[in-house]
Amino acid sequence: MSRSITLGQYFPGQSMIHCLNPRMKLLSLLLVLVLLFSLQTYVGLATLLLIAIFLIVTTRVPMRYFLRGLRPVLYIAIFALVIYFFFTSGGVVLLRIGFITVESEGVREGIFIILRLISLVFFSLLLTLTTTPLSLTHGLGYFLRPLRYIGLPTEEVAMIMAIALRFIPTLMEESQRLMRAQLSRGADFETGSIFKRAKSLIPLIVPLFVSAFRRADELALAMEARGYRIGATRTRIHEDLIAPRDWAALGMVLGLLVASLVLGL
Amino acid sequence: MIEARNLAYYYPGEEEVSLPALSGINLAVHRGEYLALLGPNGSGKTTLLKLFNALLTPSEGEVWVKGISTVDEDKITEVRRYCGMIFQNPDNQLVATTVEEDIAFGLENLALPSAEIKKKVLDVASLLGLDHLLQQPPHLLSGGEKQRVAIAGVLAMQPLCILMDEPTAMLDPAGRRDVIETVGRLNREQDLAVIHVTHFPEEAVFADRVIILNQGSLVTQGPPEIVFNDLKLLHSLGLQGPAAVELAALLRKDGFDLPSQLIHSRELVHSLCSWERKS
Repeated sequence: MSRSITLGQYFPGQSMIHCLNPRMKLLSLLLVLVLLFSLQTYVGLATLLLIAIFLIVTTRVPMRYFLRGLRPVLYIAIFALVIYFFFTSGGVVLLRIGFITVESEGVREGIFIILRLISLVFFSLLLTLTTTPLSLTHGLGYFLRPLRYIGLPTEEVAMIMAIALRFIPTLMEESQRLMRAQLSRGADFETGSIFKRAKSLIPLIVPLFVSAFRRADELALAMEARGYRIGATRTRIHEDLIAPRDWAALGMVLGLLVASLVLGL
Repeated sequence: MIEARNLAYYYPGEEEVSLPALSGINLAVHRGEYLALLGPNGSGKTTLLKLFNALLTPSEGEVWVKGISTVDEDKITEVRRYCGMIFQNPDNQLVATTVEEDIAFGLENLALPSAEIKKKVLDVASLLGLDHLLQQPPHLLSGGEKQRVAIAGVLAMQPLCILMDEPTAMLDPAGRRDVIETVGRLNREQDLAVIHVTHFPEEAVFADRVIILNQGSLVTQGPPEIVFNDLKLLHSLGLQGPAAVELAALLRKDGFDLPSQLIHSRELVHSLCSWERKS
């Protein structure tokens, strides 16, 4: 059930990428994205895509997880392809349907965009599939840390995000249970106009909210009982250390960026 | 070790003296003691546990945990460390996204160094047989496993006492047995005091001491074989005795001559068998 959300779905493993520090992974992803959009040639893009596939293989996360992540961008890809094929001019005319022509430049650019999109998804998934949502939030929390100086409770926000992640599956299970309960009482979620369907969700949303608040209440109590205090210093079981290999990874990404600029790829 | 002196508690907004959630409670819990706390709904069982854990502070009287008063704001974390609490709903007390991180939650709040946290988590996990689940997210565990993770989280803090608020109420029979056995073992082997709030008299028959609360006052306390054999009192409070006691009472009415202080089903079976052999 919780499978249906691929982004934020951690696939356990022990690979090099899994073990990298989430902060470094985030930073590296950012650099790779910059690189991705600065690349102008097929050679550069193909190299990057090959690197992505190589890294995917090393993580030992099954390829289908990455392919599944491509599904949501499929429509964007098709749309972009159509636009580029029919509306970009230049090069040789490959196909002529009435007054519409497909020209080689359009095909070239269209495919380029698609490859760029695929690389983008692959690299993003490389981060999210190999990093637990929790360490991801902590990584993000680290970069938000300067905001503490203007009075934002970043530690607490990170805790809130972590708890939200923890409860997504629990609340999804509950919503399914509620839906079945309402269905068994003759509720109808599937037919009628959009307005009618939205309205039929009310008996689902109200109890879900009530229970979420009750859960929040109990959880707050349980956290307090276990010594959690707002504003107190906490440590973490997994120390947020940056190892030499993290620097090496960042170095490699930087190297790629520089190389692409120097070689004019 | 834990001591309640002349304890009373009024929930805010209900400060009429006629409606205390708890009043006049004097209670001492000793090291390694297993206490079962029973009473009808609204009798103040949960309130009492929360007072022991400093989630609530007494309206009157005081609670002392290992020489620390629970009103001492600075030492509240210490009190909570000594008296860990397990709640009824296993889902709503697990905070982290993996078992390992959840067990570590309390230790993280104590701001211990990472290496020490890791060691303690591993120790506790192997003690409770959770080794293979450490990387699992909580929503994939069974109810019994979730409660065991919660117990592990408390145990990692090296408490003196575990306060359990109907920990088995939402579990299936297998999970229930699992939790009861785990806690019993910890009580015997780790010299850990347990205060166990329950609605099941069967879970309380193994306690060292049974305490009955009603309308915020302590009605009676004593060893289970004494308390549970006072069926008249239990029934007047709307409570049931353990199945063996209830059955023995009915059998006695029918002329069976059974010993007066039996509480375990096995004892009942044994006395019935020997009774049959005699006659």
